[in-house]
Amino acid sequence: MLKQMTARMDFHANALLLRAQRQQVLASNIANADTPGYVARDFDFAQALKSVQGGASVSPVALTDARHLRLGSGDPRQAEMAYTVQTQPAQDGNSVDLDRERANFVDNSIRYESTLRFINGHVKTMLSAITGQ
Amino acid sequence: MSMFNIFGVSGSAISSQSQRLNVVASNLANADAVAGPDGQSYKARHVIFQSVPMGPQGSAGVKVKDIQESDAPGRRVHAPHHPSADAEGYVTHSNVNPVEEMVNMISASRSYQNNVEVMNTAKSLLLKTLQMGQ
Repeated sequence: MLKQMTARMDFHANALLLRAQRQQVLASNIANADTPGYVARDFDFAQALKSVQGGASVSPVALTDARHLRLGSGDPRQAEMAYTVQTQPAQDGNSVDLDRERANFVDNSIRYESTLRFINGHVKTMLSAITGQ
Repeated sequence: MSMFNIFGVSGSAISSQSQRLNVVASNLANADAVAGPDGQSYKARHVIFQSVPMGPQGSAGVKVKDIQESDAPGRRVHAPHHPSADAEGYVTHSNVNPVEEMVNMISASRSYQNNVEVMNTAKSLLLKTLQMGQ
């Protein structure tokens, strides 16, 4: 019974954790906008959420032998990080596109907030269900 | 909570950018300095940024790796009656390029503002997270 009440919350909790992680990655990109040689990083949110939900890490490379090294962390709770593509190549090798990063940052923070609202709404629904009034 | 890391990352960027701004101020202040008694004029300084891994997966802060002196030749002005003039009548000024420094200054202040905004956003998100379920 309790599991049914919290199952939907789990989904939003996972989404919130991934949003927080992405927010941090985007903050690193903005912080390193002037660092020579820095390559901006990001991850595919939908893919990461799917991998958290499924519980199994989706490796980009198949492991066909026990001695193969695994790419990425191998932890399904952690998103597989990737490198962004340079839009306007710079002489110093820095691949941060500040406009894109800022847009992503704002987008991600609004989605973080909406996930929070979903959780709050869910809590309110459940509370009104158990008070029975 | 991984969001707290943002303050470390953006904080390191802010302190690096303010150091860059400091160096720019020093360069601009010395833009018209002529060579001292030792014959050496002021050399423009430039900060070199480097990213430092911070916290788990993928997050990186910034630090100032080095402050390098520019080896561009100093601006030489013909002023035979100047007290610091050399045997040929030239006075060597600093090698600071004021245009370059102004561009550097604007870039540093914009980056600083960007990172302050990132911290403000992270702060408001964290405060909203604190009110979760209320």
